[in-house]
Formats: sequence, C-alpha cells, structure tokens
Amino acid sequence: MSFEEIVDLVKVKFGGGFVLSLDELATPKAMVIDASRIVELMVFLHEHDQLYFDSLSCITGLDNGAEANTMEVAYNLYSIPYNHHLMVKVSIQRSEQPEVDSLTGIWKTADWHEREIYDLLGINFTGHPDMRRILMPADWEGHPLRKDYAEQEFYRGIKVEY
Amino acid sequence: MANQVQYIFDNENLRNSEPQKHKPEDLKSEEMLINIGPQHPSTHGVLRLEVVTNGEEVVSVIPHIGYLHRCFEKHAESMPYNQTIPFVDRMDYLAAMNSEHAYAMGVEKMLGIHGQLPKRVEYIRVLVAELNRLGSHFVALGSYGADIGALTPFFWMLRDREHILRMLEWICGARMLYNYIWVGGLFYDLPVGFEERCLEFTSYIKPKLTELDTLLINNKIFIDRTANVGVLPVDLGINYGITGPMLRGSGLKYDLRKVDGYSVYPELDFDIPVGKGEMGTIGDCWDRTWVRAQECRESIKIIEQCLVQLTGDHKRTRDFDPRKMVPKKIRPKAQDLYVRAENPKGELGFFFRADGRSDVPFRCKGRGPSFVNLSIINELAKGGLIADLIAIVGSIDIVLGEVDR
Repeated sequence: MSFEEIVDLVKVKFGGGFVLSLDELATPKAMVIDASRIVELMVFLHEHDQLYFDSLSCITGLDNGAEANTMEVAYNLYSIPYNHHLMVKVSIQRSEQPEVDSLTGIWKTADWHEREIYDLLGINFTGHPDMRRILMPADWEGHPLRKDYAEQEFYRGIKVEY
Repeated sequence: MANQVQYIFDNENLRNSEPQKHKPEDLKSEEMLINIGPQHPSTHGVLRLEVVTNGEEVVSVIPHIGYLHRCFEKHAESMPYNQTIPFVDRMDYLAAMNSEHAYAMGVEKMLGIHGQLPKRVEYIRVLVAELNRLGSHFVALGSYGADIGALTPFFWMLRDREHILRMLEWICGARMLYNYIWVGGLFYDLPVGFEERCLEFTSYIKPKLTELDTLLINNKIFIDRTANVGVLPVDLGINYGITGPMLRGSGLKYDLRKVDGYSVYPELDFDIPVGKGEMGTIGDCWDRTWVRAQECRESIKIIEQCLVQLTGDHKRTRDFDPRKMVPKKIRPKAQDLYVRAENPKGELGFFFRADGRSDVPFRCKGRGPSFVNLSIINELAKGGLIADLIAIVGSIDIVLGEVDR
C-alpha cells in the first residue's frame, strides 16, 4: 500500500485535522501527528487488517536544541505481510522531563527502545512498566544526547573528562 | 597532572553501580537471587543477568547492559559521515563489513548516489560481507558449543574463521575492524590473486561444514541440550522486533536480502533456510543453530557467484577506480532516513537526520539486532532451568559491542 493510501485511511478514521503535516522528503515517508494521540493511531495501524503494521523497527528520539525548543520521537513501522513502511513523528515541548505515551502495550519491542530514549534524551514514556536507565549507570547525571549536555566533572571520585 | 591520584578509595564506591531490580527482602521464601556476569564466559561479553530462581527453575531474568557503552551516537553527532565508519565497525565487531555496508548504503541513499555505483564495487561489497557473515556465524556456532560443554567445535570453527580473517586482512590490512567499505566506493580494489585464493577457500570450507554437522548439529548430546528449549513462537518474536536467524528459526521466511533486495542480492541465487522443528518444536534453540549452519552454506553459494562475476563480466581492469564515486564532501540535503540491512544477527538499522547545512549528522541512531533480540530473554528463559538459560543466551547470538553501542 502506498503512503498516500495509508494517510487517506488514517484521515478517514480520525478526521482531516489529525495529520498535522506530511514529510515527503523522509525515507520512508513520514506523517507528523499530535503527541497526545500517538497510542490511538498506533493501535489503529497495528490492528487494521489492510495496514497491519506488525513490526516496530525502530524508535528514535531527537533533541532539536534550545533554540527550536522542541524534542521529537520518530517511529519506524513495517508490515511484514504487506511489505510497506511508514514513519510517524511526534513533536513535544522541550523541558526537563517531557512526556510521551508509551507503546509497550502494543509492541513489546518498544520497551527497550523507550528505555534507551529515556536514558539518552530524558523523554519520559508514561505507562511504561519499567522506566529505568538502560545504557548509562543508574546514578549518572544528565542525558548525554541532549544538545546542551555537559558531562559531570566527577563520577564517584573518578574524573570524567580526561 | 601525571602524578596526581585520580581515583580515591571510598567505601561508597563499592556500592553496586547498577542496583538490582529485585530486592532480596521482596522475594518469596523459596526464591533466590543469583547474579550471572558481567565477567562470565557464557554471557558472551559483559552482560549481567539478574536471575530470580526457585531451586533450579528460573522465575525471571533481568538483563543489565551498558558495560560496553562507548557513546556511538554521541560520537556520530560530532564527526563527518565518512569518519563514523570506523565506529560502525566497533558496533558488531564480528561482522564489521556488514555494518559498514548498511551504513554506507544509508549515506549513499541520502546523497542520491545509491544504485549508481560500479557493479564491481557492489559485488566486492557483497563478497566481503558474506565472508564476514560466515565468520560471524562460525563464532556463533563455535561458542555456542563451548557454552553447553562441547569445546572441540569452538576450536574447529575458529580455525576455519582464521582463513576468513586472513583473507580480509589481505584486502584491507585489518583483521576485524576494516574501514573497507567507504561511502561511495571502497578503500581499495581486491588484491591480485584474491579471487583464486577465495575460490580455494570455498572448496576447503564445504567439507568442514559437513564435519560440523556430524560433530555438533546432529550430535545426540547437543540435541538433548537444545531441542525443545527456549521455544520462540513467531508472533511473539515479531512483537518483540526479533529478526535474523532467530526469527527464521521460528519458521518465518524473512530475510532483508530478499525482501528489500538491496545491492546486487537480487541477481544472486540463494535460499532462505527456516526452522522446521526437526528435532523438537519449531523455534527452539536447535532450530536457530541449524538455521545458522545452513546459512553458512548459502553464504558460500553467494561467494562463489560473486567470484564468477568478479572474474567474468566485472573482472579487474587497469582503469577501475573503486574510489571514483567517493564524494569529496558529504553534505546531504535536509531529510530523515531510516535504512536497514540484513546483518548476521538480524536487521541492522540506521536512522539519520541531516540538517542540510553541515557535513555532520544532526542525529544518527543505530538500531542493533543484538540489542533488540536480547530483550526477549525473559520470555524465553522463565520457567526453564538455569542450564537452559545458558543455552538460550548462546542461541540468541549477541555481540555486546552492538547491544551497548
């Protein structure tokens, strides 16, 4: 199914204003939606019998920096039986603990991806069963992939910068 | 500065750096908390497993990862696209060529030169990637045997892998971390005489795979340890994002070399082996191992076809320049791109965001197959024995360099 058909199906289901914008330059092509409605959309994409996005390939968190003052989460979906791709992006206000709803109820693979984003970018996924750091030590300060990240001077008496 | 003491002993430092998820006081009276790793040979690197057991039975497994975290994504944000390739090598260090191939394809797609490379370059890329896939599967099979008590296959597989490493060393000078596939081309053409040596290798290795079958795969003890252990149903696997030999072991014919048909794979003839549950249930540890052994044969088929092309239609010429298409400056237009390729362990994906103004990616995320495949371990191991947990970890075939990045 082509990208346009997928967008049409989504618009029929949720109304014309649901899709905020389309990013046709992206590969695979992306739709941008409101972050508060991500779970509704994903349940629809996962369960619709013509779309059937059974596989969540990747979740990426992005920090656009203090100037733009937004953070983004990009979801890469793939349907194994129909062989079609989709990227869904949501944008949120940049803050100390921005929040996005978790997708662990739909795809179990979201568990570790979301923990990684929480760890490296500090985006909190509400409804996640086990929101702990995954790559960095539990008592590490700050989130390294934020654009304004500055590493702590000492970690347990060990100089961080060498 | 040189004489300054940097590390001061403090009792607080002995606290666990990563606290356990379960606290001993919360466990039931018959349960016990056991810590496996991070320094344990059967965890294939620095993986720590927090295991709640009831006698010999595993109640739950919580993997603790990150001991080999080397900030790949942070590094990638600070240097030009082409300089990130050595870091990509260090993700899955057993299959660096495959990772480079995926990364280079992604950047080429952003630049719009994808599919325009000389055919010889593409065939060489596939050739070295398949050689590396063989090497990676040899380590997976050999060390899996060692995990569950058969030490001989480990030595045999590493002996055969040595041939591959030496050939790859001949190509580019490095044994494991190659930096050979460049964005837009290759570091060098194949050395003179390589094709003949490689053909010799394929005729050498085929009987060795038959030996492996008799020594390990069809060995009664091996079957007893792996059949019906760690059964992964295919729908659960897809929900967990499992890919590669693990998903194929569960019976789904899903290989990105066929599905996406990238590079010159559509021109090559090879099969996708899938698990059939011959020794037990579909999707058990034995099926996954068997799929890997069969894939070695398919890789040899691909290598032979590449060699035919590289000595025939696309043979070495005096004016062939593998760096002809290598861009002087890599500055893609502003865009988001997700690229994926079939690594020995599964789907390796890269998410790029280019801002169009610099030679440095705004964001580069690596989606490692080992990372995602490892996340299912609790589902596979709970309810089984501790000895089976070791068999399951080995059958997932993780490389911690990629899990932790």
